[in-house]
Amino acid sequence: MKQKSTTKTSYHIPIGPIHPALKEPVFFEFEIDGEKIVDVDVKLGHVHRGVEWASRRRNPVQILYLAERICGICSYCHPAAFTLAVERIAEIEVPERAEYLRVIQGELERICSHVLWAGVAAHEIGFDTVLYLTWQIRERALDLTEFLTGNRITKGIMMIGGIRRDITPEMIPRIKKDLEHFKKDFETLRHVFLDDKTVKMRSQGAGILTKDEAMKLCAVGPTGRASGVKKDARFGESYFAYGDLDIDLITPDVLTGEVNGDVYDRIIQRLLEVKQSIELIEQSMDKMPSGDILAEPKIPKLLAQLKKASGEAVGRHEAPRGEVIHYVKLDGNENPYTWKVRAPTYNNILPWIPMLKGEQIADIPIVAASTDPCMSCTNRVAIVQGSKRYNLNKEELHRLSIEKTRRLMK
Amino acid sequence: MRFSMLPKIFTQMFKKPYTNKFPAKYTPSSTTKFLADVGAGKAKLIPPVETPKGFRGKIQYDKEKCIGCKLCIKVCPSGAIDFKPEDKKIKIYLARCTFCSQCTDVCPVNCLSMSDEFLLADSDKYSPELIVE
Repeated sequence: MKQKSTTKTSYHIPIGPIHPALKEPVFFEFEIDGEKIVDVDVKLGHVHRGVEWASRRRNPVQILYLAERICGICSYCHPAAFTLAVERIAEIEVPERAEYLRVIQGELERICSHVLWAGVAAHEIGFDTVLYLTWQIRERALDLTEFLTGNRITKGIMMIGGIRRDITPEMIPRIKKDLEHFKKDFETLRHVFLDDKTVKMRSQGAGILTKDEAMKLCAVGPTGRASGVKKDARFGESYFAYGDLDIDLITPDVLTGEVNGDVYDRIIQRLLEVKQSIELIEQSMDKMPSGDILAEPKIPKLLAQLKKASGEAVGRHEAPRGEVIHYVKLDGNENPYTWKVRAPTYNNILPWIPMLKGEQIADIPIVAASTDPCMSCTNRVAIVQGSKRYNLNKEELHRLSIEKTRRLMK
Repeated sequence: MRFSMLPKIFTQMFKKPYTNKFPAKYTPSSTTKFLADVGAGKAKLIPPVETPKGFRGKIQYDKEKCIGCKLCIKVCPSGAIDFKPEDKKIKIYLARCTFCSQCTDVCPVNCLSMSDEFLLADSDKYSPELIVE
């Protein structure tokens, strides 16, 4: 724990790694002056699970299901980014119908995630009736997910070179009906969040992240966009069928006319994205051509093809929380040579510091929750010497990074 | 607006709860006794919510059809499938199974399939209920 205080009257409050206010293990150290936060320090790395290490003994098809288990909420995004990287290496051409089906799954997951987030945010400010309302909406979204993929959370729908399940004509009425319900639910949520005085009082002007700081700290996803950073992998890189769909990049000024970068803007941002996702699903359903859904339906043949492939690639996908990046290198073996995951929360942790500075203690939960953190996804490395953890400074990390690049280039 | 949730709450008061009260309306004082009663026909079980078509539940294995090609072992992400070399058949440990259905997709003779059975809780991970062979 840090001992030095900036002023004589300030004192330190450690919160975590396990604390009733936190959903997942993370360690905060606040320097408090009265009710005001003077300084914040965040320590991560309490839930390292060795996912990347486990991939060294698995072939790409097995890794799809391992990638799904990096995060329960983004259980489609991680396999999607991994698949994009592997397809790029093996030069697999994905059938057009599969590309549209992938968009539908991705956007359905975004609806689930953003609605869940809206509930958690309402819960953090003590508005628990909204929590139950969002859970009701999410239940419908999860039922639709189960109907389309077979399971509610770990969908198991992604496959290298396509997608595993098709949407048959009998399924369309049910999807259309649910989309109509989502639209109605979206209106209710919009009314509760944007017109309610309670939400406005707690979230306007709280946890401000300016555009400069968002750029400097590489904030991604709705956190970055709510601060006015116009960055979205769906537009920046035209993957899946996003290039053919009619979409616009959303920032909160679409609705309010200005970007403040506070918690309220992040709420608006996510709500607008829910609406956009519903529209994207509808568009994909209309534009979807008929045809195959897998480039190579025979898995043994696909595995043989991947075994022959060698090279490296990066897969980028816009997850509900932001851009997720997977780096994969195949070297002609059955198992990949390396696999590196960068989850979006990793970028959205440092913006906490400018957001929290100057706020009150009571604002910590809502400000921290406003970036939609997912701690377990971020933990990729734990350095333990003997039984003690130690920290690496910037120079050491840089040296290690250069060494790894050299090693990979060999 | 100050009370935007009030109308919703009032309509909610007159709605039937969404929750399916599985397995009984009120928690039985003894679960084992309740299950024994159900078995004897004295008590009634409220059935779980129906699973949709294409749900991935407990694996079913047709031993006669299996040709022992080991493809399922190659694609299983969790290593739940063991090979029995003496009779060239497989053994599936459901305690490790992630229900991804990849083995049923890859099987060349379709001897594996997913059922809709999902009540698989057990205190012993090697219990005969959790091993398919």
